[in-house]
Amino acid sequence: MTATAWRLAPPVAALLFVALLLPPSRHLLESSMTFQMLVQIPLLIGVGYLLREAVPAPLAAVIARWNQHGVSGLVLASVAGMFWMLPRSLDAAVSLPWMAFAKFASVPLLIGLPLGLGWPQMGFVVRGVFLLELIATFFRLGWLYLVSPLRLCNNYLLDDQQRAGQYMLVIGGVILACVLAKLLWGRFNST
Amino acid sequence: MSILRTALASCLLLVLGGAVLTAATDDFHAFTTETARRLAVQRHPPTVPAVPLETQSGAQLNLADLRGKWLLVDFVYTRCISWCLAQGGEFAQLQDQLAEPLAQGRLLLLSISFDPVYDTPAELAAYQQRFHGRGTGWLAARPRRAGDLQPLLHTFGVTVVPDTLGGFVHNTAIAVVDPQGRLVQILDMGNPEAAAGIMQRNLGP
Repeated sequence: MTATAWRLAPPVAALLFVALLLPPSRHLLESSMTFQMLVQIPLLIGVGYLLREAVPAPLAAVIARWNQHGVSGLVLASVAGMFWMLPRSLDAAVSLPWMAFAKFASVPLLIGLPLGLGWPQMGFVVRGVFLLELIATFFRLGWLYLVSPLRLCNNYLLDDQQRAGQYMLVIGGVILACVLAKLLWGRFNST
Repeated sequence: MSILRTALASCLLLVLGGAVLTAATDDFHAFTTETARRLAVQRHPPTVPAVPLETQSGAQLNLADLRGKWLLVDFVYTRCISWCLAQGGEFAQLQDQLAEPLAQGRLLLLSISFDPVYDTPAELAAYQQRFHGRGTGWLAARPRRAGDLQPLLHTFGVTVVPDTLGGFVHNTAIAVVDPQGRLVQILDMGNPEAAAGIMQRNLGP
C-alpha cells in the first residue's frame, strides 16, 4: 500500500470500529459463532492493525526499542489471541456486558495494534513462525470444532459450531496456499 | 541491548499472559462455560431463589418450601423433540432407582419448564405421562411469574437459545439442591445410575 493510502488508515479504523459497535451489526455478528470468531474478531484485529498509523512516531520509537523483530508484540498478540479463542470467552462476550467491553477494547489494542507495529520489523523467520503457527491453530481448532459432539458455547448451536470448524479448516488451507505461493513465486527482502 | 530489552518484555508479557489465562480457565480446568459453572457451583454453592411455581396438577408451591429435602432439578420444555426426551426418560428411571428416598419424602425430582406460556399444567402432566412417570416424587412445574424465569435460569446456569425449528437448544444437566436450598452439584445427563449412586451417598444410610 502507498504512503498516501496509509494516511487514511486511522479514519478508516475509526469508521470500521464504530460500524462494528452499532447494535445491528453486533446483533448480527454475535448471533452465530462463525460470524463472531471469523468475521467480527478478525475485523477488530484489522482495526488495531490500521491504528498503528495513529501511534505518534516518538512513542513508536520507544516501543520499537523493546520490540526487536516485533517479538514482544507477537507474544502479546498470541496470549491475547489465546484468551479470545477460549469458548468461555466467546460465550461471556455475548452474555456479559463487561466482557463485551473487554473484547472491543482488547482485541484491537492487544492483538491488532501489536501485530501492526511489529509486522514491518519482523524478518523472514519470525513471520514464518507466526504464519505457520497461525495455520496450525486454524487446523487444530477447526478440527476440534468439527468433531466435538458437545457444544463448546452455551450461546451457540452445534451446527453453527461445526460450520465454524469447516470454515477454519478452509481459512487455514487458504493461508497455507498463500504462504506456499509466496515461497515459490514471491520476492523477498533478504533478511 | 535492544535484544535484551525485547527478551525481558517478552518474558514479562508471557508471565502476565500466563497468569491471565490461568485465571480465565480456573487453573486450566475449565475452557467452556459449562465446565466453569460446575466448578463454580462446587466451590461456592449458590442459594436457589424463592420462586412461586405451578405444578402439573395445578398446585401452587414455592421453591423455598421444598427446603428440608434433597432436590434433583432439570430444565425442560415439553414441545422438545430431542434432548428433553432423554431427560424425561432419565427422570422416570431415577424414580425407580431412588424409589425409597422418594417415597420417604427425603428427595424430590423437579422438572422446571422454561417455556411457561406453552407449558400449562395439562401439558406438564402429559409430558410426565409420555415417560410413564410413576406419580410419586416427580414434580413438573412452571414459574408462575414470567419475571422469575431469568433469575432462575441464571442461578442454575442454564442458557436457552432459540433454534431454527421454533424450539430451543439448552444445556442439559441435573442440578443437585441440598436440604438447605443450595445448588451444590451439577451432574451430567445420560447416566442415571451414576446420578442415583451420588444421591444415595448424599442421602446417607
